[in-house]
Amino acid sequence: MSRVAALACVMLALVACEREHRRFSEVAPASGRPTHVTPQPSPNPAEGNAWAIAQGKQLYEAYNCNGCHANGGGGMGPALMDATWLYGSEPQDVYTSIVEGRPNGMPAFGGRIPDVQVWQLVAYVRSMSGQTRFDVRPARSDHMRVKESEQARRPERPVTAAPSGRP
Amino acid sequence: MSRAAIVVAAVACAACSGRMPVLDPGGPQAARIATYWWIVFWLSALILAAVVAFLLHTLAHRRVAAAPASLVEDTRVERRLALGVAAAVGLTALTLVVLLVTSVATGRALRSFGGTDPLTLEVTGYQWWWDVEYWDPVPSQRVRTANEIHIPVGRPVLVKTRSLDVIHSFWVPGLHGKKDNIPGHGSSLVLQADRAGTFIGRCAEFCGVQHAHMQLLVIADQPEVFDAWLQAQRRSAVVPTDAFARHGFDLFMTGPCALCHTVLGTPAGGRRGPDLTHLASRRTLAAGTLPNTVGHLAGWIIDPQAQKPGAQMPGNAFGADDLSALLAFLGGLS
Repeated sequence: MSRVAALACVMLALVACEREHRRFSEVAPASGRPTHVTPQPSPNPAEGNAWAIAQGKQLYEAYNCNGCHANGGGGMGPALMDATWLYGSEPQDVYTSIVEGRPNGMPAFGGRIPDVQVWQLVAYVRSMSGQTRFDVRPARSDHMRVKESEQARRPERPVTAAPSGRP
Repeated sequence: MSRAAIVVAAVACAACSGRMPVLDPGGPQAARIATYWWIVFWLSALILAAVVAFLLHTLAHRRVAAAPASLVEDTRVERRLALGVAAAVGLTALTLVVLLVTSVATGRALRSFGGTDPLTLEVTGYQWWWDVEYWDPVPSQRVRTANEIHIPVGRPVLVKTRSLDVIHSFWVPGLHGKKDNIPGHGSSLVLQADRAGTFIGRCAEFCGVQHAHMQLLVIADQPEVFDAWLQAQRRSAVVPTDAFARHGFDLFMTGPCALCHTVLGTPAGGRRGPDLTHLASRRTLAAGTLPNTVGHLAGWIIDPQAQKPGAQMPGNAFGADDLSALLAFLGGLS
């Protein structure tokens, strides 16, 4: 019995290590100045990491994503926390949206945001509608809360709309 | 034994002078704090000496207790002991009251400095660097810099501190005590330098992995030197005419740099990182982590995480030619 408990503890500890691991000097495969989409490893390295998603959350404001998408509810740009994904919900789709831009206003950030940070943003954007694991989603904000935390949100079931639909 | 004494003396002296002098005040505020420190020090030294002397005296004159002749209390002895204890308690209370009064008086004195026309600047703590803005009623005359504060000798400086992420603490030991920067809660202090020189400041509140590399320099200059510096800082950057530096300029504007950094007079207006309009005029890089030389700057741009792991600046894989061009542009930002 106690052996099982000890094993469980060790497993739990190992899980926690990976979740919180801070890869400061990680170089993404297509590092530097991505100007076009390159085939990416799957899954996104930032996806299962709480620190990387928290970084993504900071960058979301630092790079003024909230200027158009607000806190996920949308405004000038489409909402990011509903079930509708105009261009797909997979990490690679979101990556392409950020790096290459999309019609009707989404600028191309390729060459302006380092690849590692793009992947952090991708993971954060997906965590807004609960697409990432529960335990790595941010549980709090750095300022006054505008909505319940990402962690407290119920995962949405992504619906991919035709790109010719609503902008 | 004597070696231990030397170590203790060396540690004690380290705080008195050197890079961050606490007891070598550079201005009236630091002088008040130093005076208070010496009062506490000498009072404590006096008390320690008295207690040790009393203990030694007791040891030297110890008496072997004889069996009590009777169980009846000797009222004379009892009264003498009670008087002694009461006197010791009274003296302790008096000492504490003296320290309290001196402390409050020092605090009030520190708040009373300021004069009628202080130089006002706003210092914002970030993980892990300092943003500094020289205030002016005319917005175009305001100056923004980072990790380096220039002040004129003999003029009070009102420093408004704030933070936009976690709690930091603004501390320039040669000029003033610590002042916490708390997010959402501005505070201020007035400092003044009475002699020209460089004073090193630090963040004094643990604020994350690179807390130890969150330094700032306060450089006190004669008023005319300071005015010349301020005028130079107000100038916008000019687009380089040299073709090589122009290439660096283009890389800066179209690459990742402009998203976080501001260079006045150009399209770059990011606010996430330090203002780089006059980068080449500063002495250090990355909040005192590195000296500001071309080599260090190149290393910092390519791989900041090797120099300051956890810093918010990501690595940038520029090729050799692009990097040289970028350095040529940055080197012209004086």
